[in-house]
Amino acid sequence: MVPLSYYLLLSGILFVCGVLGFLIKRNIITIFMSIELMLNGVNLSFVAFAAHWHMMGNLRALSGQVFVFFVMVVAAAEAAVGLAIIIAVYRTRETLNVDQVNLLKL
Amino acid sequence: MTPQTLSPLLCTIPLFPLAGAAINGFLGRQSSKKAISAVALAFCGLTFFVAVFIAANFSSASAPYSFSLAHWLRSGSFSVDFEFYLDQLSLVMLLVVTGVGFLIHIYSVGYMWDDDGYYRFMSYLNLFMFFMLTLVLAKNYLVMFIGWEGVGLASYLLIGFWFTKDSAAAAGKKAFIVNRIGDFGFLIALFLMIKHFGSLDFTHVFAAVRSLPAETAGTGTLTAIGLLLMVGAAGKSAQIPLYVWLPDAMEGPTPVSALIHAATMVTAGVYMVARSSAIFERAPMAMMVVAIIGTLTALFAATIGIAQTDIKKVLAYSTVSQLGYMFMACGVGAFSAGIFHLMTHAFFKGLLFLAAGSVIHGVGGEQDMRKMGGLRVYMPWTFLTMSIATFTIAGFPPLAAYFSKDEILWKAYSSPYGSWVYWLIGVITAFLTSFYMFRLWFLTFFGDYRGASAHDGHDPRTGAPAPHGQEHGHGDPHESPWVMLGPLVILAILSFVGGWVGIGGRFEHFLAPVFQSGGTAQLAQEAAGEAGGKWTETFLTLISVGVAFLGLYFAYLLYLKRHDLPAKIAQSLGGLYQAVANKYYIDELYAALFVKPLVDGSTTILWHGVDQGVIDAAVNDSADAARHVSDKSRHMQSGNLRSYAGWIAAGGAVVIAYMVWMGVR
Repeated sequence: MVPLSYYLLLSGILFVCGVLGFLIKRNIITIFMSIELMLNGVNLSFVAFAAHWHMMGNLRALSGQVFVFFVMVVAAAEAAVGLAIIIAVYRTRETLNVDQVNLLKL
Repeated sequence: MTPQTLSPLLCTIPLFPLAGAAINGFLGRQSSKKAISAVALAFCGLTFFVAVFIAANFSSASAPYSFSLAHWLRSGSFSVDFEFYLDQLSLVMLLVVTGVGFLIHIYSVGYMWDDDGYYRFMSYLNLFMFFMLTLVLAKNYLVMFIGWEGVGLASYLLIGFWFTKDSAAAAGKKAFIVNRIGDFGFLIALFLMIKHFGSLDFTHVFAAVRSLPAETAGTGTLTAIGLLLMVGAAGKSAQIPLYVWLPDAMEGPTPVSALIHAATMVTAGVYMVARSSAIFERAPMAMMVVAIIGTLTALFAATIGIAQTDIKKVLAYSTVSQLGYMFMACGVGAFSAGIFHLMTHAFFKGLLFLAAGSVIHGVGGEQDMRKMGGLRVYMPWTFLTMSIATFTIAGFPPLAAYFSKDEILWKAYSSPYGSWVYWLIGVITAFLTSFYMFRLWFLTFFGDYRGASAHDGHDPRTGAPAPHGQEHGHGDPHESPWVMLGPLVILAILSFVGGWVGIGGRFEHFLAPVFQSGGTAQLAQEAAGEAGGKWTETFLTLISVGVAFLGLYFAYLLYLKRHDLPAKIAQSLGGLYQAVANKYYIDELYAALFVKPLVDGSTTILWHGVDQGVIDAAVNDSADAARHVSDKSRHMQSGNLRSYAGWIAAGGAVVIAYMVWMGVR
C-alpha cells in the first residue's frame, strides 16, 4: 500500500517539470509535450485522491476517476487542434521556434 | 339640415387643406406650377365651399354642433378627444379664415408665380389653413393648442420663406421664440384647468366656471388662469410686452403678412380670449389687465406707426394697434364687439396688405414709401381698393371699421367694466390711425413718382431678389395682373359693406348665445345704459368721426401740401422723434435686458462652464486616463509566448500562495 503523499509528490514533480519545460523550451512540439506532462500530473493526483477516498470507505468516490476521462478527452481534442495549428504555423513561418512566432504583438 | 348630417362635415374642413399641403409638399417639386396652383386652390376652395354650405344650413336653434373624430387621451377620469365644435363664434371665425384665406391663396398665385419655392409656399399656406381651422374648430383647449402651435410653426416657416436672407431667417426665429414665451403661459393655464376642473373640454370647463362666484378680490384660480391665457394671447396676438416679433415678421412674402400676420393667425389670441369669456367674466382683475394691455398697445403701436417709412412696417404696427382695440373690447366685456372688429379687420387689413403687395410688385420690390409717390396714375385699381381700405381703417362712415371701432369705443365708455380713460386713449389712437394711414396713402399714391424708373428688380437694401420676376426689366411702375386684383376688389367690397351686419346690434345678437353666461342682470343693465345714453353715443360717434377727418386733414397738410413741414417738425422734436422712429428702442432694451444676459450666461456658464468644464471634461479625461493606463500596460503584450506562460505561472503561484497563507480549503 503506497501512501497518498507519494502519489501527490510524484504528481507535483510531473507538473513542475511540465511548467519548467513550458517556460524554458522554445520548440513548439516540446512545449506541447510539456502541457501533456502537466495534464497528466494533475490526472495522477485525481486518481490518487479517488483511490484514497475509496479506500477510506466512501464507495461512491468516483468523481476523480470520471474527471480523468474528461481531461483525457480534452487533451486529445487539444492535441488534434494544436498539432494542426503547429503544422499550419510551420508551413507559413518555416520554423517551430516560438520566439519567432510573435507577429501578433503590438 | 339636422345636426347629425351637418356635424360630420366639420372634420372635413381642416382635413382638405392638410391633404393639399401633403400633396404639394411631397410631390410639388416635380409638378408644374399649374398643377401646384390647381391643388392648392382646389383644396382651399373646397374648404371654403364646405364652410359656406355649413353656414347656409346653420341654425342658431340647434347649435352648437360637435363631432368627435377619434379618442386621444384616456387617463382615469381625464380624457381628451379629437373633437370639433361649431357655434356662432366658431362660425364667424370659420368664414373669415376660409374666405380671406381663399382670396389670399388666389392672390399668391400671381404674387409668388416667379419664385423658385412656389410649391413650398403653396404647401405651407395650405398647412397654415389646416392648423388655423383646427384652432378655430377645436372643442377643447388641447386640440386648440395643437392648432395654436401649428399656426406658429406655419408662421415660422413662412416668415423665413426666403431663408437665404439673414434678416428673414432671424425674423422667423424671433417670432418663434417670442411666441414660445406666450405659449408657456397658455400651457400653464391648461395645467391649472386640468388640476381644478379635471377637463379641458370647453363645455365642461365653462359649466364648472359658471358655478363659481366671481373673484372680485383679484386673486384666485380663475384670475390666474385668465392672466396666463392673456400671456398666451399677448404672444400670439402681438400685444405688449410680446409684440416685438410682428413688425419683424414683415420679412415674409406679402401674402403671408396679409393672411397670417394681419387677417387670421394674430387674431387667434382675441378668439381665444373671447372663447374663454366665461373664465374672464368671473375674474374682473384679469379682464382689467386685458383691457389695459389692449389700450396701451393700441396707442403705443399707433405712435410708432407714424414714423415708419417702410410701407409694410406701417401696416404691421397698425395691425398691432388694431389688435389692441380688440383686446380693449374683450377687456371691457364687449367680446362680440372684439370679434366684430376682428372680422372687419380681417377684411380691411388683409386688403391693405394685399394692396401694399400689389404696390411693391408694381414698383419692383421697393418697400420704402419715400421712393414711391404718384402711383395712382400707374395702378388705378390698386389705388381704388387701397383707398377704400384706408378710409375704412380710419373709421369713415359707412365703411366697415366705422361700425366695429365705434362699437368698441362706445363699449369702452359705457360697459360696467369700462371707463372714460379707455375711450379717450381709443379716440387718440383713432386719430393717430387716421393720420398714419393717410400719410401712407398720400406718400404712396399722390405727388410725383420718386423711385428710379430703371429699376433692376432687386431690393436695394438687402440685395435679395424681389418676389417679382426679373425677366421684364422694371421700368415704370405697372398695374398688377387680374389674378391679384380680383381678390383686392372682393376684399374692397367686403371692407365697404362688411360692417353693415352690425347695424342695430344684429351681430351682437347672433353671438349672444356664446357670450351669454347667465349674467342677465348685467345684460339688462347694459340695455338700460344704451337706452339712456343714446345722445351720449351719438356725441361720441361724432367725435370719433371728427378725429378721422382731422387725421386726414393733418396728413394732407403735411405730406401733400407742405412737403418741407415733416422734416422740420421731426427736427424740432429731436430726441422724441428719434425715439419714435427707432420704435422707442424696445428691441434694444429687450436685447440688453434679456437676450444679452441669456447669451452671455449661456456662453460663460453653460457652454464654457458646464458643457466644456464638466460634461466634456468628464468624458475626455476618463478617455485620456484609459489611454495612459493602456499605454503603459500594453508592453505586457510582447508577443513572446513564453513570457505569457511565465505570467500565467506567476499568477498561479500567487493564487496558490494566497490560498496556502490564508488557509483556504
